[in-house]
Amino acid sequence: MTRTHTLAEPRVMDDLDQLEAQSIFILREAYRKLKPLSLLWSLGKDSNVMVWLARKAFMGRVPFPVMHVDTEKKFPEMYAFRDEYTKKWDLDLLLGYCPPVEEIDPSLPPAARSAARKTAGLAAMIDKHKLRGVIAGIRRDEQATRAKERVFSPRGAGHRWDVRNQPPEFWDQYATPYEDGMHIRVHPLLAWREIDIWRYIEREGIPLVDLYFAKDGKRYRSLGDQDITSPIESNAATVAEVIAELENSKTSERAGRAMDHESEDAFERLRVAGYL
Amino acid sequence: MRSSVSVWRGICKMGDHIATQTLSAAHRAAATPIVIVGHVDHGKSTLIGRLLYDTDSLQDGKLAQIVESSRKRGLTVEWSFLLDSLQIERDQGVTVDSTRIPFRLGSREFVIVDAPGHRQFLRNMITGAADAEAAVLVVDAQEGAQEQTRRHAMLLRLIGIRHVIVLLNKSDVLGFDESKIVQAESDVRQLLGRLEIEVEAVVPASARDGDNIASRSERSAWYKGPTLIEALANVPPPASRLALPFRMPVQDVYRFDGVRYVAGRIERGTVRAGDRLTIGVQGQIATVAEVCRWHAPELPVAGAGESIALRLEPDLVPDRGDLLFPADDKAAAPERSARIRTRLFWLRGEPLRVGESFTLRLTTAEHDVTVASIDAVVDLDDLTLRQGDEVPPDGFAEITLAASHAVLFDPFSPGFGDGRGVLVDRHQRIVGGAPLIGSADLEDGVHAIHPTASRISAGQQAQARGHKSGVFWLTGLPGSGKSTVARAAEVSLAAQSVKATVLDGDTLRAGLCSDLGFSPEDRRENIRRAAHVAKILSESGQAVIVALVSPRQADRDLARQIVGEGFHEVFVDTPLATCEQRDPKGLYAAARAGKIPEFTGVSAPYEAPLSPELRLGADRTEAETVSELTGFVLRVVQP
Repeated sequence: MTRTHTLAEPRVMDDLDQLEAQSIFILREAYRKLKPLSLLWSLGKDSNVMVWLARKAFMGRVPFPVMHVDTEKKFPEMYAFRDEYTKKWDLDLLLGYCPPVEEIDPSLPPAARSAARKTAGLAAMIDKHKLRGVIAGIRRDEQATRAKERVFSPRGAGHRWDVRNQPPEFWDQYATPYEDGMHIRVHPLLAWREIDIWRYIEREGIPLVDLYFAKDGKRYRSLGDQDITSPIESNAATVAEVIAELENSKTSERAGRAMDHESEDAFERLRVAGYL
Repeated sequence: MRSSVSVWRGICKMGDHIATQTLSAAHRAAATPIVIVGHVDHGKSTLIGRLLYDTDSLQDGKLAQIVESSRKRGLTVEWSFLLDSLQIERDQGVTVDSTRIPFRLGSREFVIVDAPGHRQFLRNMITGAADAEAAVLVVDAQEGAQEQTRRHAMLLRLIGIRHVIVLLNKSDVLGFDESKIVQAESDVRQLLGRLEIEVEAVVPASARDGDNIASRSERSAWYKGPTLIEALANVPPPASRLALPFRMPVQDVYRFDGVRYVAGRIERGTVRAGDRLTIGVQGQIATVAEVCRWHAPELPVAGAGESIALRLEPDLVPDRGDLLFPADDKAAAPERSARIRTRLFWLRGEPLRVGESFTLRLTTAEHDVTVASIDAVVDLDDLTLRQGDEVPPDGFAEITLAASHAVLFDPFSPGFGDGRGVLVDRHQRIVGGAPLIGSADLEDGVHAIHPTASRISAGQQAQARGHKSGVFWLTGLPGSGKSTVARAAEVSLAAQSVKATVLDGDTLRAGLCSDLGFSPEDRRENIRRAAHVAKILSESGQAVIVALVSPRQADRDLARQIVGEGFHEVFVDTPLATCEQRDPKGLYAAARAGKIPEFTGVSAPYEAPLSPELRLGADRTEAETVSELTGFVLRVVQP
């Protein structure tokens, strides 16, 4: 069915339009209320969508820096992508690095310990740039702990997430409490699902790293560090094929992320400490 | 690098529009959010697990996880484990926060919002439930409506959920007996009727066994109504807001590359290039020069729900919060008043009282308001409205707010984004939800006061001064050393760069309170005034040390109420004999001689505090006492 519009009628909003409008609203709230503000750009599909939404919110530009916290273990394709699109999208890129794994809590399981490096690198960036707002691309459908998140999620001193004592959040009113050492994580994609992300990528033509598309019967569904992310069996080589594959899949997206499976509470412990 | 194929073709002149649209995908409606509420242990989480299983919405591996978790804990399949994904929930055996789970019925998508039943987690429930289109109220068929059932039902009404389905869970315990279930249904309908909630269906069911959830139960052959799934499928999609008069609260104003953009989300109606709009209470009028979007089909029109930007002619600069509405149709204007009646759900740990000031957030607007009156408080035992002086934590009420200036608003209506006020305290914490009822008329002879509150938050004050504020209320017998200790502490605090002010009894009575005597009424008034002054000074960022005999616990409680957070009672616990022996002002001697009536300790009672935040005993030197008080103040005000 082809829809056409007469001049007099606003378009009927579909689900992607509604998600987009809500995300734009959230990004504009963050830009207005939280300064200094930065967007975490992990180079994955979700954070590319987030950069894209920021450009939608601010008429084609991202009026605050984007931040890449580098584990130095990403795939080479991701670094190439970062350099290309920093230029193409005219991004103000802040780079941060993660401490060596030896400095991380040895009681965590190996992959979680590797993820905790990223938390430490992020914390250093937040302190260095005295950030009050950090925009992150997590989604409720990714992982059960993330389902509990707020759109504006206050982090206390030491960047800790107080799961048991989250502020009420309703009617699009976001709490912005402030004390020294505190920042707010902003989650514009919280209500999106994996398939929404892909359908939006298709609709908008948002560029992605090639690793998401099948080569020799394998592709990455989620991109972390090289040593703790594994590809899934797939023949989906285009965005449309990925969408078709997801329509028929009931496997969890983070199935390829080792740290989610090490112990029942490993992921929650990571998040309380400041992981995304 | 791979770029997926765009459905858009071509870019229009401005570079940020796309000229033609060839959208071929079938239109998809957004998922319908459904909230599941009810009393603790009435079976909410079990219901959700069952719904996901019955609608085949479980991810691969999830069922195995539940079975494994249940086995580890020595249980048969426990559906609620699906949701209890946080370790702390498992430890406590309750769901602590709302969770969202998508599921699909035929071609329609739903999102289940799970909300907890424990009353201390009310704010989490609101967080989950506030944007739901429909609610399933789970009621144990045998126990019937309980305290949280009433509380949640009240909340469903206040947050504006239009469609309510009642699930009479655990009906198997009643053997699906028709007469017992009809009775339970009648009770619940009566309760919800009192709240003017229209019930879509009352479904007798067993979530654990699956009766009347997805499939019709053989155990309730007499029941002819819908199964839960059928009732959900019957929930109509949200009503369109497009046909209403235009409303867009300004979210922000940008200037990029020399172009000014007025950004916001349309709450109602539509806007077109060429429309004339009124801007906020100032009432300036501008014409829409262009409806701007980036990387979207170029359309000179936008409708409710869209986040857009407008270019205005003339190029005015509205403030955030200014409401844009049609200029040429008086009937389409919003209400305008500085006194607003509102319903309230109260989320702060301490009660709400008349005279408290807040910021009222209304979409993107922020207004300074004071609670002018508490008009009625909801009694949660029978959901009736009562007179009341305060709204208890987690309570419901109707109140009147007085704003410092006129507010433009539309009364609350379910399903609309405007008319929904939120009260925010000085710490930028959300403390209440206030669906607006309408303008409050002033009664004849009532003088309308519209107090204003500081725009500087407590955090900003603290940052500027380098310390936080607080009120330290020293109580004790005459001659116990309150003023002496207070004045000495003032000096030590100044040496540590802490701005402190002392309000002592005699000084106040020499000026502000010179019209007052020592009767219990006058003493209370003296304390009331001192407490208000202390509050003002504390809000300006100071450490305030009050040195007043304040002999009655009830009066000190009044002071604590007035000051609110940051009040610290300090008992200067010098025994009567010592005070009388010191008698620095000769007052005890005069009182004993009958020259001073109602002298505390001699001819009037002193009620010692039972649990002061600090007790300064008489067994130390004055220097030690001063240092103890100074140390206490420093610990409280340290940033």
